[in-house]
Amino acid sequence: MLKVENLHTSYGKIEALSGIDLEVGDGEIVTLIGGNGAGKTTALKTIAGLLRPGKGRISLEGRDITRTPAHAIVRLGVSLSPEGRKIFPDLTVLENLEMGAFSRPPGDIKRELDSAFSIFPLLSERRNQLGGTLSGGEQQMLAIGRALMSSPKLLLLDEPSLGLAPKVVETIFDIIKKINAGGTAILLVEQNANMALCTASRGYVIESGRIVLADSAASLYGNERVRHAYLGVSD
Amino acid sequence: MLFQQLINGLTLGSIYALIALGYTLVYGILLLINFAHSEIFMMGAYFGVFSLMIFEKLHIFQGAPFMLVACALAASMICTGLLGVIVEFAAYRPLRNAPRLAPLISAIGVSIFLQNFMMIVVSPESKTFPDTIPLHVYKLGGTASISSLQVIIIVVSVALMAALHLFIKYTKMGKAMRATSQDAETAKLMGINVNMVISLTFFIGAALGGAAGVLNGMYYGSVKYNMGFIPGIKAFTAAVLGGIGDVRGAMIGGFVLGILESLGAGYVSSAYKDVFAFVILILVLVFRPQGLLGRKISNKV
Ligand SMILES: Nc1ncnc2c1ncn2[C@@H]1O[C@H](COP(=O)(O)OP(=O)(O)OP(=O)(O)O)[C@@H](O)[C@H]1O
Ligand SMILES: [Mg+2]
Repeated sequence: MLKVENLHTSYGKIEALSGIDLEVGDGEIVTLIGGNGAGKTTALKTIAGLLRPGKGRISLEGRDITRTPAHAIVRLGVSLSPEGRKIFPDLTVLENLEMGAFSRPPGDIKRELDSAFSIFPLLSERRNQLGGTLSGGEQQMLAIGRALMSSPKLLLLDEPSLGLAPKVVETIFDIIKKINAGGTAILLVEQNANMALCTASRGYVIESGRIVLADSAASLYGNERVRHAYLGVSD
Repeated sequence: MLFQQLINGLTLGSIYALIALGYTLVYGILLLINFAHSEIFMMGAYFGVFSLMIFEKLHIFQGAPFMLVACALAASMICTGLLGVIVEFAAYRPLRNAPRLAPLISAIGVSIFLQNFMMIVVSPESKTFPDTIPLHVYKLGGTASISSLQVIIIVVSVALMAALHLFIKYTKMGKAMRATSQDAETAKLMGINVNMVISLTFFIGAALGGAAGVLNGMYYGSVKYNMGFIPGIKAFTAAVLGGIGDVRGAMIGGFVLGILESLGAGYVSSAYKDVFAFVILILVLVFRPQGLLGRKISNKV
């Protein structure tokens, strides 16, 4: 599905990604974990086309999308739910969802809406409320729902658990699994390594713009280094 | 007298409101004060004159004054709309990532260019706006009256503003404009071609400015290469008054400014007519920079 090779991305002179390689297979959940400033968001934004890589190659189903602009990448089936949710505050819940389906023909929007509302019934109740007035958890649901409106083959999620109460985090992760069960591949970026490794089948660990570990989620879970640095286990 | 000043104010105000929308739409999306907009207004008036001249040469719409005005308006709006798109493409887009002062200076450059272009290529003298609508004056009781021109100006402006409102609120592209003004990067993630939305915004803003130019030309009966400056600054005041970036604010600001100006001209002195707008601009900037409707972080588009 997605293949990233030797990806370099810089902000001016500062290099945030120094050659990362990663892959997401059809229908897989893969997680990318790492600390603050490791380069996770930069990686997702580069894949989604918001940032131009300096070097490297990104391909989707064998097709080179390295230089494809963000708005065109959505049409190819990749959708990003960004860090911090980025709900349009002055659009209603319904309008936010409609924007998510911007790339879809008008005839499909109704069906996408129904399916988003069946995953997030709460959004249906709040459909006419302004996005900016939702709670954090509701906004996260809206962000994921909105990303699903383009019916992506690959969903990129940037820290969906950020700033949410543990109970809400659990709900969100259940929903992520449900979305994946429907056939959508997921690349999940998280600082909450515990939840992420329990959900994903494989994982990558990123530090200072480099992939330092790549393994099955179970092996990463048992890895000494991961346990110390990301699972908060001290022995 | 009061009633008469209100009618005059409403007429002026609808022209200011139309121009103010152009400032506010562009600011809402790019956070740029498009100083060339007053020249778009001027060009709109000239496009109106030229299309009326062409219609006369071709003997079309003669004897059908409303059709004539409608077609001149439409022609001028299309031309100014395209001009707005070209200006954005040539003068602002290359500076998208430059420091914020750069596009501002570029805007002033475009403004000087367009004025001088019209002065040299067309004429440094003012040009008569062809007669279109037969002038009727309707008595409204007391000493107040309203002219057929005033009726047309108010009706056309209100209709255009209503159309804009419906477009922004209900259409897919209108919603995309609002989304882009709130968060352009996230709009791209929705599949919205932000460059296209920006072009569309310039088209709409400039077309409304062009319509205002035609109406203004009809009202005062003449056009001139430097006619944009004063109405431009006043409309900018109206946009700031309403809260720059806020569409409803620009409409309300335009009418409020037009009415205040007419009342000032009627009750204080018409010699100070232009001063009122600037006093209001300064007062708003000092005491309520977010404008009447604007929130602390403005509610754009
Ligand atoms: N817009 C920017 N301009 C300059 N540097 C940036 C910018 N955005 C990110 N960086 C830098 O790039 C590096 C990677 O940042 P990134 O946001 O990708 O990290 P992250 O792994 O997502 O961190 P977090 O978990 O805190 O979100 C950091 O050193 C950061 O300071
Ligand atoms: Mg991040």
